[in-house]
Amino acid sequence: MLKIFEKGGKLAFLHSTVDAFETFLRVPGTVARKGAHVRDSIDLKRIMIIAVLAVAPAALFGMWNVGYQHSLAVGEHCNLFQNFWFGFLKVLPLYIVSYVVGLAIEFASAQIRGEEVNEGYLMSGMLIPMIVPVDIPLWMLAIAVAFAVLIGKEVFGGTGMNIVNPALLTRAFLFFSYPNEMSGSNCWIAFRKGEAAVDGFTGATPLALAQDGLQNASAQYGTSFWDLFLGTVPGSVGETSVIAILLGAFILLWTGIASWKIMVSSVAGALLVGWLGQIAGVTDLPCYYHLVMGGFAFGAVFMATDPVTAAQTETGKWIYGFLIGALCVTVRLFNPGYAEGMMLAILMGNITAPLIDHCVVSVKISRRAKRINIA
Amino acid sequence: MSKTIVLKKGLNIPVKGEADLYVSKTILPEVVAVQPCDFNGLIPRLLVKEGDSVLAGSPVISDKKDPRIIVTSPVSGTVSGILRGEKRKLLAVLIKPDEEQNALSFPVKGSDSLSAEALKELLLNAGLWPLITQRPYGTVASPDATPKAIFVSAFNTAPLAPSPEFTLGNEFNEIQAAVNALGKLTDGGVHVSLNADNYAGTPFHKLENAVLHCFKGKHPAGNVGVQISHICPIRKGDIVWTVSLLGLAVIGRLLLRGEVDLSRKVAVTGPMAIQPSYISTVPGMPMKAVAPYYGGNAEGLRIISGDILSGRNAGEDGYLGFYSEQITLVAEGTETELLGWARPFRFNQFSSTMSYFSWMLPGKKYDMDTNLHGGPRAFVMSDEWYAKVLPMDIFPLYLIKACLAGDIDKMEKFGIYEVLPEDLALCEFVDPSKNSIQEIIASGIQLMLKEMA
Repeated sequence: MLKIFEKGGKLAFLHSTVDAFETFLRVPGTVARKGAHVRDSIDLKRIMIIAVLAVAPAALFGMWNVGYQHSLAVGEHCNLFQNFWFGFLKVLPLYIVSYVVGLAIEFASAQIRGEEVNEGYLMSGMLIPMIVPVDIPLWMLAIAVAFAVLIGKEVFGGTGMNIVNPALLTRAFLFFSYPNEMSGSNCWIAFRKGEAAVDGFTGATPLALAQDGLQNASAQYGTSFWDLFLGTVPGSVGETSVIAILLGAFILLWTGIASWKIMVSSVAGALLVGWLGQIAGVTDLPCYYHLVMGGFAFGAVFMATDPVTAAQTETGKWIYGFLIGALCVTVRLFNPGYAEGMMLAILMGNITAPLIDHCVVSVKISRRAKRINIA
Repeated sequence: MSKTIVLKKGLNIPVKGEADLYVSKTILPEVVAVQPCDFNGLIPRLLVKEGDSVLAGSPVISDKKDPRIIVTSPVSGTVSGILRGEKRKLLAVLIKPDEEQNALSFPVKGSDSLSAEALKELLLNAGLWPLITQRPYGTVASPDATPKAIFVSAFNTAPLAPSPEFTLGNEFNEIQAAVNALGKLTDGGVHVSLNADNYAGTPFHKLENAVLHCFKGKHPAGNVGVQISHICPIRKGDIVWTVSLLGLAVIGRLLLRGEVDLSRKVAVTGPMAIQPSYISTVPGMPMKAVAPYYGGNAEGLRIISGDILSGRNAGEDGYLGFYSEQITLVAEGTETELLGWARPFRFNQFSSTMSYFSWMLPGKKYDMDTNLHGGPRAFVMSDEWYAKVLPMDIFPLYLIKACLAGDIDKMEKFGIYEVLPEDLALCEFVDPSKNSIQEIIASGIQLMLKEMA
């Protein structure tokens, strides 16, 4: 690093920024001064790049699907590449806004605290465009990102200290501040200026249609289980394709970065409540449909498993995941105004995670104390 | 053979440079250092001055808190210098050995029938008391305490650790004598832990008057702290003592021969070691004496007294520690690496996780260096990430955070009594946030010592 960027130099206020770019480009030659003399070659940059890689299939599919839904809506016939290109041009601005606003705040906060820039936002910034409607006005997204990063993360001390998932907080902010842009049936499909939808068009997502019975719905897209599984339906950019999300889940689980316990238990929670709803006659939707509809899969794989905001203890992870799955489907079944429950379920889960951990740890400690006393 | 305790958690770090089982050199160094910093909790008072002549076994320093605890010279010779640091802190007493080595003689006739008090006095006077470590906190044992039990680990799982069968296998009688004697100091008996994989191959399974335990698992299964937590966890108010196998041998030599003989076989190991093998020497040996093992040029080299996880960076001008049986030579990793973290393949870097492809090369030994492989960050990964390399019934991340916060109540609950920094060394190794976990634990222990005294 040039001297002027170091402490006491003229441009010292750029220290964290320069350091971030430098360490991004080259793994620094810092040696272990204290403690273990050798270290594992994994660091947070590696963890984040793998997480970003895991989201990539869902992101690429999401871009194609944006184009595909547009073609269906206006009755055009486009090939795979044309669809993808349309979606790419739609999603790219979301990414630019998400990363520019979020990273600017990250860099500035790191500088104020005199720390190195943390990599956490690489993942949040990747997720945010995936969970918003594609036509969201960019200024709204910018405000929401700024709110989430500042209030959701930096005030607590940055990555590792936050209580709720910043990406979901972005979505929650948008949802409560601009509900017209975030729900209903008009926000999920992108149009060019002056384009008109074909007859019989609906912009509603399968989740919304499911309120009146998915099988009776007439839509320009297919609504079978396999359509939902493939993801050729409207929805937030990255949430629709369960196949792409499963690919990401495989990467996360294989590398051990995300917890399989959270994923499995949230699926179990969703299935159980879905099944109870079915036998109680609340809904005629088979319970496994909940796994492929809306943001459940995306949330369970990429959001609920965020190691910072999830439960820390192993038993806690089971409870936490189950709670999220169960809450999500409960909201879906009993809230007619708002069809999707995953965002609120995970935010609820994030907030209760410390309490769950506290209980698990207390039980373990008191059990341990008893056992030692006997020995 | 008692029931084997199988530890599933842990990690063996595949680093290059294991010592071959032969003694390549016997070193009687030109100068020997007695270093007070080796002894945890000891506040040194100097008992000699420059020019004094000492015998092996003559007092050199004593503890200001308890003058009965002394450290004696490992060789006979002349005090050639006193090294002091900032604020005149005593760093080392340098002794120039005589050509002919003489040892102070201690009366040990009938040592079999010594009472506990007489035995304590003998060990104290001979300066061998500091070989006994007290837990919790890992300080030099207090002579007035009565421990719940005494624990010995008869195998070592640390990276490139010396083989106790090779270094001490021919001193079975000494070790047996020490076990017999130490048994008098406690009602709980002497517990010796053996490696289940090498049970028949080690002579120590024949030890008598000891409770034998078998452990099977990766590092840190050989750490005595981990073994204690499975045999008889330390609760509040408990005191246990631990002695290394080498410590037993040294005590045994005193009991059988009446002399202080701290000499030992030291493994010279590590990726930078030329011809890694054993040397026969005494503690306090200057690291310069092993120059032939690193080619004489110490630039860009780290010389560690101890193992690669929890040894002390001694430096070229440093000395071998009192408890050390290993020297590790490893390169300083000051080179930067272009986009290292983003490369799909990084064949020369080891990772315990699946995030690189080192899992595809299970037998490979790595040419490791001291590079941190990242920058320091707040803790991001959850407790499990750390717990998977710590086979103890505690929440490591919670304990670490309690130590960071200085919260004594929580530290107690999360098991500060059971751990020493070395037990969490692997947590530090795998930490992607690159925190100095051993230092955090050590500062927690210091706080406990200060507050609970």
